[in-house]
Amino acid sequence: MAHFKKKQAGTKQSIPTSAMPDVVFMLLIFFMVTTVLREVELQVQVNYADAENIEKIEQKRLVSYIYIGPERLSGNRLGETKVQIDDSLIDDMGSIRNIMYDKLMEEPRLIVSLRVDEDSEFGTITDVQQELRHAGTLRINYSTRREI
Amino acid sequence: MLKKKRDKESGEIDGSSLADIAFLLLIFFLVVTTIDVDTGIGLVLPPIPDDIEPPPVRERNLLNILVNAQGMILIDDEPASLNNVRDRIKTFVDNNGADPNLSESPDDAIVSIKTDRRTPYNIYIDMLDEVMGAYAELRHQASMDRFGVPFTSLEQNSEQYDEIRDMYPKKISIAEPDEG
Repeated sequence: MAHFKKKQAGTKQSIPTSAMPDVVFMLLIFFMVTTVLREVELQVQVNYADAENIEKIEQKRLVSYIYIGPERLSGNRLGETKVQIDDSLIDDMGSIRNIMYDKLMEEPRLIVSLRVDEDSEFGTITDVQQELRHAGTLRINYSTRREI
Repeated sequence: MLKKKRDKESGEIDGSSLADIAFLLLIFFLVVTTIDVDTGIGLVLPPIPDDIEPPPVRERNLLNILVNAQGMILIDDEPASLNNVRDRIKTFVDNNGADPNLSESPDDAIVSIKTDRRTPYNIYIDMLDEVMGAYAELRHQASMDRFGVPFTSLEQNSEQYDEIRDMYPKKISIAEPDEG
């Protein structure tokens, strides 16, 4: 009688982990590339309003932000409504047009995103919009959160 | 005979801790990452008027919306609630000359928004949201009728997208603010 030996499967029972660092490094590089660290120190308080019919702005390079809201003072107090562009508060409304005009010269397709505190009154925004019209930056965006 | 001991270490760097290092870095970036996409309501401001007279607009083609200091909404000088702004705009834009007091065609229809200096910002945004919603619904309806797909699924700048967009152009005008 011929004797048949059952063939043992010669595979190991462990998953090879040698490619793990590569996978992790790929994820790491993805996150490193997509990370945006906050570049602006907010000096005014901005609570966004809610809206349903909103669009995303895909091209981040084109966007320049204007923050409008009550000034943050020391000790969690809030002051007057102020306008902040980049890193500084704007005291003189008339200077906005020059700032925005310079930005427009650098980036002709500029979109100005107004990040306004929801409890503001519209007068300040009207003034800012008039300045933007003088500067020629006509494309604006009211920043809102998606209503849930 | 004393044999010199050969150290039996291989000349390779141990790579087993590489994964751990990468994981630590990954966790750091996972924690600090904010993929910050700006969302909002887009508008185009009217340019500063120069001496050229703007083209005359017929009264029937203009829908005046006023949001006053108390946050009350007036459409063509009649009080309206936020809930029926959307329907009012849809009937106004999609009138196509049926009602002599409303627009002649969607292309002629202009929604003019006027605010007061003391208008609450969130009321204004809610109202603007309704206006955008009205246009979104009209475009959605047109897209369903013509192509059988919702407007949001059309690719931007494709022929179909442009066709629907030109059928219902968003003509939203920000009225000149009152002085003082």
